[in-house]
Amino acid sequence: MLEQDVRYLKYKTYLSFYCPHCKNTFNVERKHEKSLIFNAIYKKEDIVLKLSPFLDVFDIKASVPIKDGEILDDLLCPSCKKSIVNHKVKCKECGSKVGETIISAYAKLIPFYFCLKHGCEWHGISKEDEKKIKLKIPRQAMPEQDQKLRVDNFQEVPFGYTSELALLEAGRCLQCKNPKCVEGCPVNIDIPSFIALIAEEKFNEAAKKIKERNILPALCGRVCPQESQCEAKCILGIRDEPVSIGRLERFAADYERKMDMVEVPVIKNDTGKKIAVIGSGPGGLTVAADMRQLGYSVTVYEALHEAGGVLTYGIPEFRLPKSIVQFEIDYLKKMGCRVELNHIIGNIITIDELLEHFDAVYIGVGAGLPWFMGIEGENLGNVFSANEYLTRMNLMKAYRFPEYDTPMPKGNKVAVIGGGNVAMDCARTAIRTGATEVTIVYRRSRHELPARAEEVHHAEEEGIKFKLLTSPVKYIGTDFNTIKAMECIKMELGEPDASGRRRPVPIKDSNFTLECDMAIVAIGNGPNPIIFQSSPDIKRNKRGYIDVNEKTNETSKEFVYAGGDIVTGSATVILAMGAGRIAANAMHKKLSSIKKKK
Amino acid sequence: MFQIVRKEEMAKGTIIRFDIDAPKIAKKIKAGQFIILRVNETGERIPLTVADKDEFAGIITIIFQVVGKTTALMRTLNEGDVILDVVGPLGKPAEIEKTGTVVMVGGGTGVAILHHVAKAFKEAGNYVIGIIGAQEKEMLIMENEMISICDELVVTTDDGSYGERGFVTIPLGKYLDERYDIKLVYAIGPIVMMKNVCKLTKKYKILTMVSLNPIMIDGTGMCGGCRVKVGGETKFCCVDGPDFDGHKVDFDELEKRNSLYLKDEKDSLLYSIR
Repeated sequence: MLEQDVRYLKYKTYLSFYCPHCKNTFNVERKHEKSLIFNAIYKKEDIVLKLSPFLDVFDIKASVPIKDGEILDDLLCPSCKKSIVNHKVKCKECGSKVGETIISAYAKLIPFYFCLKHGCEWHGISKEDEKKIKLKIPRQAMPEQDQKLRVDNFQEVPFGYTSELALLEAGRCLQCKNPKCVEGCPVNIDIPSFIALIAEEKFNEAAKKIKERNILPALCGRVCPQESQCEAKCILGIRDEPVSIGRLERFAADYERKMDMVEVPVIKNDTGKKIAVIGSGPGGLTVAADMRQLGYSVTVYEALHEAGGVLTYGIPEFRLPKSIVQFEIDYLKKMGCRVELNHIIGNIITIDELLEHFDAVYIGVGAGLPWFMGIEGENLGNVFSANEYLTRMNLMKAYRFPEYDTPMPKGNKVAVIGGGNVAMDCARTAIRTGATEVTIVYRRSRHELPARAEEVHHAEEEGIKFKLLTSPVKYIGTDFNTIKAMECIKMELGEPDASGRRRPVPIKDSNFTLECDMAIVAIGNGPNPIIFQSSPDIKRNKRGYIDVNEKTNETSKEFVYAGGDIVTGSATVILAMGAGRIAANAMHKKLSSIKKKK
Repeated sequence: MFQIVRKEEMAKGTIIRFDIDAPKIAKKIKAGQFIILRVNETGERIPLTVADKDEFAGIITIIFQVVGKTTALMRTLNEGDVILDVVGPLGKPAEIEKTGTVVMVGGGTGVAILHHVAKAFKEAGNYVIGIIGAQEKEMLIMENEMISICDELVVTTDDGSYGERGFVTIPLGKYLDERYDIKLVYAIGPIVMMKNVCKLTKKYKILTMVSLNPIMIDGTGMCGGCRVKVGGETKFCCVDGPDFDGHKVDFDELEKRNSLYLKDEKDSLLYSIR
């Protein structure tokens, strides 16, 4: 039996319907049913009543025909054959007779009334009790690849929710009137509405709902740090675990894609104006899609030979399958955006030249210059920047060497320096390519790890070790100039620094040696200088990132906008998308107020 | 897709010249800058400094030695065939200015790139002395092009089969002794050659520029695979270079880093043959 079936049955036992007289259960065991079922006897015939996880929508299957509006006032318990009609309570909507059962949810017995008039959707469980039940549905885990299997392949780790699991999870949502989760989302997706649509089994509509605010739900469902955004604000999270918003988002998007129901959105009338987008990462794609929908002609320039930016070269296949990224790019092309690969803006075309042909330019080039710590031995062989390691593996597919020409970096004992998502990606890639021991070396403690909780969890499951409060001071090389060990120093946490996190301070004389034959430096990226060499007039801050007007994301150069990592420094996919949305809105506002420039 | 419009085999077929139709790049690329190409879907990205360009015809010229899998594969391509991806221009252009007398030293395939830079120096109004070398007569490339550019040209071969016998450093040493007006030496070629040229010019305290060719992947500053130590600082060859002050470059480290994948290169070549 599949895992999801087990879960489903478990759920049924948690929430079953009992006869108020003999306390026998009404439930029928039925696999692959998406709703709650109980059976009874009506006019001496068996009848099956179906309820959604919201306990409200009725569907009746009976051998006798039941007309709309018919009142089922002869409903009997199948065991004791006593009537379950309650004469004391009346339906609050149509005033008809109601039936009574008892729901047991986690050993709590709650009386549950339902209108007997066919077609009336009233059910008499108090809001309080309903909440109690919803609280009792556990947060549904995603089925995933077994940890022993997955360390040998690059296939995606979680399989995603099945429809059954998605319905259960969606049923947990309290549908708050003043939803906090929406505030937590950088692009303000209408979370309760899309979850309600999932609960109603309108999966396709749910995906459309998300896409009103976020064009890349399949990606965000996978890579967003939900636990510090929407899910952090979920009311359920106070007493229990929050609704798995990210997993539901992923489910809806995957469903729409797998069912081939993705539709190209309506494109407004051509404005005759042109937009150039530099960089085809998440921010660039958002701007492109938004502006195209508004009727602009959009050209996206990408420096590499594949579009997608960090989604393509950075995030590994097992976390974000490249077919999904490709699907989203194709979707953009279907909308009518042009994608120009192999174009390094600044070198092949300068921003000034772009402005001669385009009405506005968006810079979404990301932060693409890897940082090193500047310690001894950093240029030894087998010391990589995370960018190089991941680019080789993901973009160049080095893990399939020699089928693909780019050589694969090999290591037995691998040390990854850093504690972010990129570090986790490197570590998990290394373990998949034959490393026997992978250690994450991070200078702060577990609490400060910037990576998504799910990534840390997966990394641990896969056997990756964590050396926390540790920082390298020197790489030690062999005679052949490759790394053989790393000298580290222990750290302790001091006062909070500018980022609000406690600053790590080295402990004197705590040096020790960590053996490793490969080291990956994943401590972040700085701004890439190429684009600015030909555009010195774009104002930048002290750290080299672009200064923008926060409300519009316009740079000091008119009609040039910027967002994402090139403005904020290394951050997340969704923040880049949020920045893209702000710029797109401002661009549209500004361009629609002026006449055609070119 | 970028079409090869002309192919020429040189030096007994070990060095190949491609003229590639790439109008956008040809319009922008300057001497000293490089491109990155990927032959096919499973190919690797390799950097190649551009040896010449024709802005009006929209053509760039690359000249490469057949050393590994990709170059061996490229050798099998003919006129009319296409290369999947060509990205460029990359790197900073060579700094060309009128300084007086410059010595251009080139060895092996390096002469191809050197002649592009030499041309620019000549056009800027400098007195250009060329010294080019090869292992033997047949391996020497672009002699005629260099003759037409340089005011003086010396050719050396390691075995003495043509021109002067010995390495390029011998005539360079003579020039440095005899002429006091040499302001700049440009050396492009194998790492050993550039290293020895720098050793020599350091004694005379003459600025020496070298063009480096470390291992690269993206060529846009993203991967950091091409890091070289210059003056004790780590520089990214793709965005800070490829031309550096040769007296400051740590050639030993570069040599070691460039040999990191020798075994993989062999494996890759063997795999493609099999």
